[in-house]
Amino acid sequence: LHRGILELRQGPSALGLCVSGCRSLSSLAELPEMHQMMRQTCRDYADRELGPIAGKLDKEHLFPAQQVRELGAMGVMAVEVPEALGGAGMDYLAYSLAVEEISRGCGSTGCVVSVNNSLYIGPILKFGTQKQKEQWITPFTTGEKVGCFALSEPGNGSDAGAASTLARQEGEEWVLNGTKAWITNSWDASATVIFATTDKSLKHKGISAFLVPMPHPGLSLGKKEDKLGIRATSTANLILEDCRIPLGNMLGSRGSGFKIAMQTLDSGRIGIASQALGIAQAALDCAADYAHKRTAFGAPIGKLQAVQFKLADMAVAVESARLLTWKAAMLKDAKKPFTKEAAMAKLAASEAATFCGHQSIQVLGGMGYVTDMPAERHYRDARITEIYEGTSEIQRLVIAGQLLKEYAS
Amino acid sequence: MSRVLVGVKRVIDYAVKIRVKPDHSGVVTDGVKHSMNPFCEIAVEEAVKLKEKKFIKEVVAVSCGPTQVTETIRTALAMGCDRGIHVEVSGKDYEAMGPLQIAKIFAALAKKEEASLVILGKQAIDDDCNQTGQMTAALLDWPQGTFASEVTIDGEKVKVVREIDGGLETIKISMPAVLTADLRLNTPRYATLPNIMKAKKKKIANMKPADLGVDMVSRVEVLRVDEPPTRLAGVKVETVDDLVAKLKANGTI
Repeated sequence: LHRGILELRQGPSALGLCVSGCRSLSSLAELPEMHQMMRQTCRDYADRELGPIAGKLDKEHLFPAQQVRELGAMGVMAVEVPEALGGAGMDYLAYSLAVEEISRGCGSTGCVVSVNNSLYIGPILKFGTQKQKEQWITPFTTGEKVGCFALSEPGNGSDAGAASTLARQEGEEWVLNGTKAWITNSWDASATVIFATTDKSLKHKGISAFLVPMPHPGLSLGKKEDKLGIRATSTANLILEDCRIPLGNMLGSRGSGFKIAMQTLDSGRIGIASQALGIAQAALDCAADYAHKRTAFGAPIGKLQAVQFKLADMAVAVESARLLTWKAAMLKDAKKPFTKEAAMAKLAASEAATFCGHQSIQVLGGMGYVTDMPAERHYRDARITEIYEGTSEIQRLVIAGQLLKEYAS
Repeated sequence: MSRVLVGVKRVIDYAVKIRVKPDHSGVVTDGVKHSMNPFCEIAVEEAVKLKEKKFIKEVVAVSCGPTQVTETIRTALAMGCDRGIHVEVSGKDYEAMGPLQIAKIFAALAKKEEASLVILGKQAIDDDCNQTGQMTAALLDWPQGTFASEVTIDGEKVKVVREIDGGLETIKISMPAVLTADLRLNTPRYATLPNIMKAKKKKIANMKPADLGVDMVSRVEVLRVDEPPTRLAGVKVETVDDLVAKLKANGTI
């Protein structure tokens, strides 16, 4: 692919905004050297190792186990984890860049990276004891093992406070019962962060978080879902039938599960936004390259305004979502509130991904509809980003809620 | 236990479509993506592997050019080199810089750093000179193992399998020596995120060619740079006789 024209040529930023205390916004236009190097190594890996096999992984529903191990060796499976625990010790902006570049090569692999980093390792890093971190994070930094996050149930997705999975204490054990649905990485995971109600009367304040190894007696997996996109990831139900775990497997304090879930999803949104950006960029790359090569009416179709307008709209959608994503990551790194920005990033990036996926097929015409070109895979991969880790509708609620708080008298 | 110098050159990225400047003085480099010369990546990988196998103690990455080449040195550090040397050359000197000037710099550094090996890429993908390694060895009066596809250290000697037109040639040379890396020598590693972080703390020393007693005056002047001629359409023929007749007619045979 001819990437020359699409290469993000960082120049002086025209942004005159000032975010007090945040890393200078000039770094939105020109990333720090370490981040540029990190982005480049991920891009090289994605181009050489993921791009050539992404079609096959999708077609055959193959989990990229070897690639996940190689990414683990590079530190990409645990970007934010401190070196002492086996991670790369980098910041969330670096993580966002890594997920975007990996997703650009393969949307499914980007999803595996994001789920492991944000949804599995994330809450343990933030709420776990030192012992829990050593036991449940370190083995999951190398790519040999991946984790998953079990919040949704057949009866509730957006309505996370209505968790019907129960946990009761019996002596020195917790006993879990219930079903979790739509769990990404389920068939490939070696552990899960799972949410269950410990005190039904307290409603959402009665939910707690637990760490369960996989496989484990009392925990079984439902059938692998046959999905529209990100087909190299496994998605299935987790079924708990008197699943017994030691008391020490509770993550955080009793009743703090909902809070843990919400905070985890806040950060996870930046990861999904990054995945969506990678898919959107791949779709744009595909369309722009095609516009150079395909001729119609005696010239490359890139000469036609109809095509040019599409490419311009796609580029604006991606770039604006990218800046929102970087800003959210930078706010998180600066330990500033970032809930609204993360929701905005996820909303913008996922809608950019579906838009670019759609328009990319349109630019390719008939070629966009067949599997010979990756456009149709990007279209299918993009769709989930508007749904998981908070639907676009939920994102709008979160943004509006934050916004109205700012304006409250 | 010893020290290896590795040369890394910053070149236009292999995937970029090259454009000739309107004045035909060279190619467009402004705003164009640059990266480490692929053969230099292979050289770095080999040096780092030798260090991991404990044949050598320290790998020093060297690059000559303006400030931007420190990015290339930093990438070498992220691949596992211990420290870097940036030899500052800019402006007209940089534009005129060629294998002879680089060879003089490397020869001076090899002596200064008491290197046992100098490992370079066999050639750069921008000028395709394939001269620097050979010139460096000649200036130092050291043996050379060029077009290396396999390198084995055996005490004070190095066994080098070379890719030559006739096939593979195996030679044994004494250290100190100059080696140049060919394509199949190894597969360069990806810089890992922890190593990128570590590279931040590794030192890059600055110096000028004059500090090494090297004069940068070039004996070569580029007169003109042109695009290769546009490839013409071919002609299809029906039989072998037609082919022979056509080749005879246009003077090819």
